[in-house]
Amino acid sequence: MSGNPPTPAPPRRLTIALAGNPNAGKTSIFNNLTGTRQKVGNWPGVTVEKKEGHIHRDGYDLTIVDLPGTYSLTPFSIEEVVARNFVLDERPDVVVDIIDASNLERSLYLATQIRELECKVLFALNMADLAREHGTKIDAGKLSALLGVPVVFTVGNRGQGMDELIEAAIRLAESPAQPAHDRNVRYSGDIEEAIGRLERFLTERAEGSLPYPARWMAAKLIEDDPIVKERLVAAAPQSGMHALQAARNLRQQLAARFDDDPQLVMTDERYGFIAGLVREVQSTTSRQRVDISRNIDLVLTHRVFGFPIFIFFIWAMFQLTFTLGEYPVKWIEAGVDLVAGAAGALLPEGVLRSLVLDGVIAGVGSVIKFMPNILILFFCIALFEDTGYMARSAFLMDKIMHLIGLHGKSFIPMLMGFGCNVPAIMAARTLESEKDRILTILITPFMSCSAKLPVYVILAGAFFGPQAGTVIFGLYLLGIVLSILTGRLFRSTLLRGADAPFVMELPPYRMPMAKSLMIHMWDRSRMFLRRMGQVILLGSVVIWTLSSFPQTAGFLPDDDVYHPGENAAAESAVGAAPGAASPDAASAAEAAEAALRRRAKAEQTESSYLGRLGRLIEPLFAPLGIDWRGGVSLLSGFVAKEIVVSTLGVLYATGEDGEEDALERALAESGMTPLSALSMMVFVLLYLPCLAATTTIRRETGSTRWMLFSLAYSTTVAWVMAFLVYQGGQLLGFN
Amino acid sequence: MVLSELKAGQRASVVRVGGSSLLRRRILEMGVVRGAEVYVEKYAPLKDPLEMVVKGTHISLRVEEAAQILVDHVR
Repeated sequence: MSGNPPTPAPPRRLTIALAGNPNAGKTSIFNNLTGTRQKVGNWPGVTVEKKEGHIHRDGYDLTIVDLPGTYSLTPFSIEEVVARNFVLDERPDVVVDIIDASNLERSLYLATQIRELECKVLFALNMADLAREHGTKIDAGKLSALLGVPVVFTVGNRGQGMDELIEAAIRLAESPAQPAHDRNVRYSGDIEEAIGRLERFLTERAEGSLPYPARWMAAKLIEDDPIVKERLVAAAPQSGMHALQAARNLRQQLAARFDDDPQLVMTDERYGFIAGLVREVQSTTSRQRVDISRNIDLVLTHRVFGFPIFIFFIWAMFQLTFTLGEYPVKWIEAGVDLVAGAAGALLPEGVLRSLVLDGVIAGVGSVIKFMPNILILFFCIALFEDTGYMARSAFLMDKIMHLIGLHGKSFIPMLMGFGCNVPAIMAARTLESEKDRILTILITPFMSCSAKLPVYVILAGAFFGPQAGTVIFGLYLLGIVLSILTGRLFRSTLLRGADAPFVMELPPYRMPMAKSLMIHMWDRSRMFLRRMGQVILLGSVVIWTLSSFPQTAGFLPDDDVYHPGENAAAESAVGAAPGAASPDAASAAEAAEAALRRRAKAEQTESSYLGRLGRLIEPLFAPLGIDWRGGVSLLSGFVAKEIVVSTLGVLYATGEDGEEDALERALAESGMTPLSALSMMVFVLLYLPCLAATTTIRRETGSTRWMLFSLAYSTTVAWVMAFLVYQGGQLLGFN
Repeated sequence: MVLSELKAGQRASVVRVGGSSLLRRRILEMGVVRGAEVYVEKYAPLKDPLEMVVKGTHISLRVEEAAQILVDHVR
């Protein structure tokens, strides 16, 4: 790890943390510093994205850590806790705080708090040129002198000042630490007195065991900071408890004196201190934003045109993702087929060949083909975010989403769910509050994804004829209604309360940087490929094993050996085929052979573990009017929803893929009724998400429990709804 | 008077921020402190949330949240 400040020999490795407000230009500075050499992951234990980059400069190994963008360092949001803990516990050699020159006041609110953590701080005064154009001049020298912090000018989106920033950071890391006490925020008399008393108490009773500077801890105890309280008691159990008691008394006295929460009084006073600073260093000629941004907003959030424009953008994103994405998906599918063909030709008939073809290649292929959709979707989302439109879309939609107990930003993930749940669940990352994010992830699977459509088309087509369209529309509607009900239910029970305040900055519109868009898109997609690839591979092999063992027959096509009696006619036809005289005989032989394959496949599936499982759970599906074959198809649909159709095809022993009419006829002849078909469609609409989506839920909620909960909840809802449809329908006399 | 009673295009200065402590903290952190001047830029097409300008920053908040902010000197 990084060396401690007093080490005499120059440390070769330095850790530099980037802190700053959201929209202060932190991301573009990070991208400019590290380029594509970035490592994206999550901060341990939470779902906040962690970005790290490594660069070499002047003989130093520099690790640049991008802290979450925050307005403050209170312990009340995950991002703020993550940022603060990193500075407190990992002790980076330098913290670069990015100061948005056009918003000095709010930037300094965070900056003064970072300053108090007694780390080496460097200010990057970002976009000062832009601020000057808008009439705001900042005296950087004075700012530096008043706070005792070196200041470097940067223009993040043009990559200016990056070298100076790194050089200044290295210089600062190599210089001796300077105490900052005299430049910290001074509160009013009563609060200062309380902090002073508590500070003395801490140094007298717990000197040596204090994890952090005494004054800072004292101030945090007055603010009733739960994390500092916890750490104090952990470090010094006995005197810590006494200190907490003393702090509680002081807090009560202060609350009585100010008739307000001391913490909020301190926020006020910190702003007072900052207002003084700003008066010293900033001269302003005009305060209003009279830039082009405001004019763009007049159109994009217009009373009348705002919504149509929004709907157009969403439509365009949808089209790009799923229509344009369709072409590369086809290429990838063709590529996978090519690989499968090559592997099939190379490998001998048998279990290994089936494992490679039906297990590994089919499984991995089913994931890789999502890649173009995900790339395009994340490109669009990055575009929305980087331009500032994402905040506007939340502004437009919040009223509607708030009715379901959700945040305006939940709209995009839910909408994307109609295409594919995997990118949709990933899109929930744009939500800041963890509760909002989890709630959105839980209800997104009820948006009927495009892979379920083939199932509806087959079943509704077979049983509802001309009304098929209406039935399918009804299914989509049912999904939406249930997501709303689920949202309201969970908001008032499991994820109660923290319907996060909508207080949100509407940043000025910015021209997106191509580099940043690419990095965004690539990072997320790479993560998807790597992590998901492993799980999907494993899952596909498991499902393959379940459906292939125990083996009834040797693998195709020589299974006629096993059914000599039954297939006598077919056998003779096959036998007659070589050197056939008439084309009729040849095609008959082909058809017979195909029939043989199908029957063998059906038999294999039926007697496999998967088939036995289907038989085992048959009683569960019986009240829904779904027979064991339907049950097995639904089970196999866990890999991917499209597979429900192909499994039905196998089990009802109809034609190979593509012959949809045949399957429809076979279904109708098998004793399935319109009512049981409807029940099955409702079940497909609602039951557990596919393997890829399930893995994504695990990743994005950061919790196996939420994943299991989602699986259990959706399947329960599916069962109950299908039960109501089937049994209710029977009561009403339908069949 | 509270902030949510202002019409688009009106200005006022903040007297007090009320509401739950989470909400108050968020609002205060964005610089909406006592004495700060707010300008109501517009309301969303569905009349909720609203957009205000404080110290040059555009901030959106729900009408119910704006109803927790006491203002005077409306003009």
